[in-house]
Amino acid sequence: MLEILLDATVRAGTPILFATLGAIINERAGIINLGIEGLMLIGALSGFAATFASGSLFLGVVAAFVAAFIAGSIHALICVQLRGNQIVSGLALTLFGVGITALFGRGLVGQTIEGFERHAVPLLAQLPLVGKAFFNQDWLIYFSFLLVIAIWFFLYHSRWGLNLRTVGENPTAADACGIPVNLYRFLAVACGSGFVGIGGAYLSLVYTPMWIENMTAGRGWIAVALVIFASWSSFRALGGAYLFGGVTAMQLRFQAMGTTVSVHILQMLPYIFTIVVLVISTLRLQKGASQQPGNLGLPYDREDRK
Amino acid sequence: MPNLLQLQHIRKTFPGVVALDEVSFTIAAGEIHTLLGENGAGKSTLMNVLTGFYAPDQGNILLDDQPVRFASPRESLSQGIGMVYQHFMLVPAHSVLENILVALQNVPLLFPRRQLREKIAQTIADFGLELDLDSPVWKLSIGAQQWIELIKLLMRDCRLLILDEPTAVLTPQEAAKLFKVLAKLKQQGKSIIFISHKMREVMEISDRVTILKKGRSVTTLESGEFDQNRLAALMIGNDRIPEWQKSLPFSDELVLEIENLAVRNDRGLADLDNFSLQLKKGEILGIAGIAGNGQKALAEALTGLARVDSGKVLAAGADITRSCARSSYIAGIAHIPEDRKAIGIAPDLSLDENLILKSFRSARFRNGFFQSRRAIRQNAQEKIEQFAIKAGPSGSPVRLLSGGNIQKVIIARELSERPQVLVALYPTRGLDIGSAEYVHKVIAEGAGDGMSTILISEDLDELYKISDRIAVIFRGQLVGYVDPATASREQIGLMMSGEVPA
Ligand SMILES: Nc1ncnc2c1ncn2[C@@H]1O[C@H](COP(=O)(O)OP(=O)(O)O)[C@@H](O)[C@H]1O
Repeated sequence: MLEILLDATVRAGTPILFATLGAIINERAGIINLGIEGLMLIGALSGFAATFASGSLFLGVVAAFVAAFIAGSIHALICVQLRGNQIVSGLALTLFGVGITALFGRGLVGQTIEGFERHAVPLLAQLPLVGKAFFNQDWLIYFSFLLVIAIWFFLYHSRWGLNLRTVGENPTAADACGIPVNLYRFLAVACGSGFVGIGGAYLSLVYTPMWIENMTAGRGWIAVALVIFASWSSFRALGGAYLFGGVTAMQLRFQAMGTTVSVHILQMLPYIFTIVVLVISTLRLQKGASQQPGNLGLPYDREDRK
Repeated sequence: MPNLLQLQHIRKTFPGVVALDEVSFTIAAGEIHTLLGENGAGKSTLMNVLTGFYAPDQGNILLDDQPVRFASPRESLSQGIGMVYQHFMLVPAHSVLENILVALQNVPLLFPRRQLREKIAQTIADFGLELDLDSPVWKLSIGAQQWIELIKLLMRDCRLLILDEPTAVLTPQEAAKLFKVLAKLKQQGKSIIFISHKMREVMEISDRVTILKKGRSVTTLESGEFDQNRLAALMIGNDRIPEWQKSLPFSDELVLEIENLAVRNDRGLADLDNFSLQLKKGEILGIAGIAGNGQKALAEALTGLARVDSGKVLAAGADITRSCARSSYIAGIAHIPEDRKAIGIAPDLSLDENLILKSFRSARFRNGFFQSRRAIRQNAQEKIEQFAIKAGPSGSPVRLLSGGNIQKVIIARELSERPQVLVALYPTRGLDIGSAEYVHKVIAEGAGDGMSTILISEDLDELYKISDRIAVIFRGQLVGYVDPATASREQIGLMMSGEVPA
């Protein structure tokens, strides 16, 4: 029973994990991206369409990354090059994503594909309790583990990561050190968006292997909130995403057991949970535990007075 | 000496302002070249042109007699030009080590941490400095932060180092150390551009001095050709240094009494501990002490910005430590803060608006329900004239002004409500002679009208010149009062390090 619940937790948490990681990369460069929800949808549809057309799941994942990368580049162009308002641009990206996927996805509604299969990792999958949940999963989930570690390593142990963090904290200082601020910001927004797209593709390729209009159902917004909960750390993002996944798994379980509580209330639980998490993590922020990049949300203009 | 760098006819404008009009001078290899000019003369702008932050509208830069163009700080750095900026280019949340690492060139993608760490520690030791590499930068004193900036440049082997008012944030001891380091760099053949308003320093270390006035280079003088008076005269030109006289002896009426005040900071340490002070009407009370001994907490406790843990503050006999009366009394206590940009002004509002931040409710600036634009503008014009503020185009954000002019804006606003008490923290830090003199004049005249001033400063010259009494603070406690007419510098110096006079 617990094993099944854990397994469902990981599966429900993975799309949000990808999205949160992508958002973290954005914000580490100092750019707020409220387009996560739209990017997830774009990733979900392109991933599904590519796999449906080619029969290759791998191509689906690549297509999701590329499509979201391109869509994210629009946000990057507006926020980095043109120094536009990041909030407005992000919201527009979400609206754009919802609209365009609804339009182009019409022909794919009702189609199905063969989703990713499970591959057990030798030895590790035999671990009691957690073995099955974490190590008898599909490739995308293993990739998400890798990404969590890779992002941490990149940020804290590579020169590029240090440069990126400096850009997010104080772009003027980064510029003075000779770091190409705009290039870093652009790439961080575009690549981060790409990973968000993979999160969307997990929904349409694995979680429910089909295309449904607006299938992200607000998960992108949850990722935006989890970034704060995770204090911009990839490991805590993993924790946050699985917490959300856990609540989702549990409410599905309750539904399956046929409780008398209304389905609508049950479906609300993960979102209520997100609000609670956000309140708690914001309280913590105020106590000075902030990890927030110092220049988050501010455009950088070299000729502006320092 | 061969020329390292030549600047020819540099011009730079911002919307509505000509910051640099026509600037030409040369830097020789291995010299310390001082740039002197009033606030707003264009020194920082010129340096930003050199470091590639600003693109000049016109003019040539020659490096080793070859024309160069710096499109970004990266290009300027790669030619060996590095700068210690007035507002440091550091990430407060990162460690000292990370802040230095990020500035290094040619470091492999995965840095060999231990090796680099040793190299950095070595450089720090070579210059006789002490820095904890793992401490986050925000925990360090401003002086220490400046050393980090310098280490960054030294690690990059810059040929030309630019230091923009480095001594404004240093104690006299630290400044002496800095000059030693600069002398050593000069011996190694590096060139240094030095910006400062402190004449004594300029005389001490400069090989040559170039004077900048209203965006034009006036002249360059060789060492031996200049003395303090000549420099001051050239810098100020036809502008007159304001004249003032110390006010008459103050009355015995107490306007402010502080009894056993204790204030703790965010980290729970005592900034002020059992601190008592008395201020009389019309008095200018200087507070001497090395920065970081509780001066800031004192100012913040008096102006209602810091929470008082215990003790009492009485204003004209009324207890204002915590009571609501305090907030209403705050109107009578004006504050010139240490951090001008962070709490002194609303950076994105215009000059006009910043000048009425404390009095926007007054009927003078209102037109029924609306603000009276005309009255606000008129008020600004009066203040600009009265305080000789060099303002940019009307309506542009006040943060675009140079540091000295921002300070004048704050002073103009704080004094406009005719306060009973003025709490001034390092009010002349970074100001040119004319402006500093102006601040002194305003304080002295205020005293004549019955305003009392608490003048917190590290500059003993300033304290001697203008204070009626000097109180010395050390580790959050009052060491004692001295009379500037009779006390020696040595005596005050000893008290500043905590020795109670016999
Ligand atoms: N980024 C900027 N935008 C607009 N105006 C500026 C900017 N930087 C400087 N200025 C203006 O240029 C003039 C020169 O300022 P500055 O170089 O800071 O003088 P200094 O360093 O000699 O005190 C000032 O009038 C200032 O308002």
